[in-house]
Amino acid sequence: MAAVMPAPSQSRLLLSGNEAVARAVWESGCKVAAAYPGTPSTEMLEVISTYPDIYSEWSVNEKVSLEVAIGAAFAGSRSFCCMKHVGMNVASDALMTLTLTGVIGGLVIAIADDVGLSSSQNEQDSRFWGRFAHVPVFEPADSQEAYEMTKLAFDFSEKFQVPVILRMTTRINHVKGLVTVGERVAHENADGFRKEPARWVMTPAGAGKRIPLMFERDKTLRAEAETSPLNSVDSGTDRRVGFVASGPAWMHVKESFPDAPVLKLGFSCPIPLEKIRAFAATVEKLVIVEEVEPLVETELKAAGIDCLGKDILPRQGELAPNVLKPAIAKLLGEPVPENLAKPAPVFPRPPTMCVACPHLGVYYTLAQIKNITISGDIGCYTLGAGHPWNALDTTISMGASMGIALGLDKGRGTADKDKRILAVIGDSTFLHMGMQGLLDIVYNGGNVTVLLLDNRAVGMTGGQDNPGNGRDIYGNPAPRVDFAKLVESLGVKKERIHVVDPYVLPKLFKTIRDEIKIPEVSVIITDQPCVLIDDYKKQKPYEVIDDKCTGCGNCVDVGCPAIHVTRREKVIKPSGKEVELQFVKIETSACTGCNLCVQPCAPEAIVHADLTKPIRLVKH
Amino acid sequence: MPDSNITNILVVGIGGQGVMTATEILAEAAIALGHDVKKTEVAGMAQRGGVVSSHLRFGPRVLSPQIMPGTADLLVAFEAAEGMRWCHMLRPGGLVLMNTARLVPPVVDIGLYDYPEDPLAEIKSRGYQLHAFDAMEIALSLGDVRLGNTVMLGAMADHLPFPAGVLLESILKRFRARKPQMVELNQKAFEAGRAAEKAAQHEEETA
Repeated sequence: MAAVMPAPSQSRLLLSGNEAVARAVWESGCKVAAAYPGTPSTEMLEVISTYPDIYSEWSVNEKVSLEVAIGAAFAGSRSFCCMKHVGMNVASDALMTLTLTGVIGGLVIAIADDVGLSSSQNEQDSRFWGRFAHVPVFEPADSQEAYEMTKLAFDFSEKFQVPVILRMTTRINHVKGLVTVGERVAHENADGFRKEPARWVMTPAGAGKRIPLMFERDKTLRAEAETSPLNSVDSGTDRRVGFVASGPAWMHVKESFPDAPVLKLGFSCPIPLEKIRAFAATVEKLVIVEEVEPLVETELKAAGIDCLGKDILPRQGELAPNVLKPAIAKLLGEPVPENLAKPAPVFPRPPTMCVACPHLGVYYTLAQIKNITISGDIGCYTLGAGHPWNALDTTISMGASMGIALGLDKGRGTADKDKRILAVIGDSTFLHMGMQGLLDIVYNGGNVTVLLLDNRAVGMTGGQDNPGNGRDIYGNPAPRVDFAKLVESLGVKKERIHVVDPYVLPKLFKTIRDEIKIPEVSVIITDQPCVLIDDYKKQKPYEVIDDKCTGCGNCVDVGCPAIHVTRREKVIKPSGKEVELQFVKIETSACTGCNLCVQPCAPEAIVHADLTKPIRLVKH
Repeated sequence: MPDSNITNILVVGIGGQGVMTATEILAEAAIALGHDVKKTEVAGMAQRGGVVSSHLRFGPRVLSPQIMPGTADLLVAFEAAEGMRWCHMLRPGGLVLMNTARLVPPVVDIGLYDYPEDPLAEIKSRGYQLHAFDAMEIALSLGDVRLGNTVMLGAMADHLPFPAGVLLESILKRFRARKPQMVELNQKAFEAGRAAEKAAQHEEETA
């Protein structure tokens, strides 16, 4: 992305939480920012990369991004890294020792929890990391707060020499609100890196001496939380129920119960126990509204503060007004508000692969092959588990397709003795955490056929660059990984490595079928770009000749969203079997001519569209 | 009860139709008039043909960004079945502005689910007002199906608590900055959407 002229100080801008954090990072004089893309955190770094005077990078994974930020903070500069919630699992190894060394330059880690599972494999509560790693957690509720708390977090981090977690959720990251922005203040560290092995080299002896210091710091942080203006009380007028809430849940409480007393936790770890105890004494019932785990609630109960929380509220998903209002009405013995109109029953509309996506060829092919188990991974290609392919059997975490495939191979029972094991992984996921797994398969003699789908982008998060496509975060040329050479150097035999075009179905089918028969590790690399990035070149679109379509439905099995069934007809075959014919049309205005549907069409009913005539939309 | 000072507009459709951009333009118009604004989406994998619903709330001060079911003042549906899916979000008797185009997902094409027979009748049977027109055909007749979201913005123009000119200016400002060659065409799309909605309203009232 090209650098833009930042909006002047005092501008009032409509910013998402991610954009607000990016602005604050820049204004704080941060020198280094690093991340791996992940919904809903991605835009933070994307936007930071458009600001001047700050180095930003897409790192290969979240752990590396945190380590880059740690190095910069050790060097005395301000640094930032961000990730989605599951990214922190990867980065936590570094965090758990970083808490012992602490930092010199301010270090802020923004973690975006996907509460409500908009695009994630699980729903987890990153506030736990604050407790686990003994570091402070700030929780903004909207864009303005995200902006302000990011700036405060840098100052706080530097003052107490501790990394600060900025805990966000989808309902801040992706909500736009008005933010009044300020000036950038440069932050130069004149001293440079100070050699201090007792602090920076964490041997058992060194770490043993730092642990008591961490506990001392806990006391200081707790005292800070007790007096922090980020933890504020709105005394309200209706004392029947008082609330302790943080993040967007606080907004929902204020919206739902405008007269209720509310203690807002902005600095939520360590919790300001005495402040909450005093607040609890002023209300008849105390309800803790937190997304998603009963974390504050459990700590309060352990401290002998009587409260309710997950006993009356759900443990999953967002605590929006339509959840809170009935729960509190019930608590007060009031009539539960009539729940409104019920939604009309409408078919689901799950996400699909794009028109002409190169993965379509891969899954169309895998769906034709019998007696296989397919270990999948995190990315657009996870959608291969869906219709019409049903060609992906497991998904756990980034890079897990490799180890799980090896485990499926080594752990197979007699029922699976003839099963072929495949793994499917994308280019960026492979570089993130898949390489180590492949090395493990090679080293331990696994019998796995790996499909490495190289589409030259981090597709699911919007086509970000990575070391596999030869561009850095600014779009500048960068060294490009040669996947064939890389897997060969990990020990895959040269004759077991194939690079194939996923749009050429017969070759793809033959390569996969041949390789799964060979009882050793093979890697089949597909090499066509994601259709959402500039590397993709559209071809001439297709249309269906109605008179030639026999309704066989072979093209429908490709799964391209530009192919529509416009008529169904039941016929009895000579064998007496009833089959349903599916007559199709192609949405020519959406087709980009990948040619995948043409290949299984026996009657040659799919031809290039006549572009001299106006394109008509398919009518249903 | 919903705060009467807050206007709640829900814009729904499918990833790739420009729902989020349309709502953002609407938000900019509200900001230009001095409102506080919050805009939020439920857009799982928005670029992947999934459901997109964009909530816009504006007024003196907006807290929660989400519209409660049964409290939306206006529902703008970029697709027929999506209008039906979300109509329960409207306040009783509320207004739906709808593009009648049917965008059929693969799960319907392969026969796992049926597309609702008559989403328009279903919406009306629930007591909502409905003004429906084919925004995609209008966009295509102007030469580019991507003008659909400007057509839909034009259709909203006479149902907002501010003058249509403010909304049009928000659209044109955006194109002047990014694609000046598209300014005139977008103005046409806006007016065409506005006219189509008026005609649909007239049809409903005289039916």
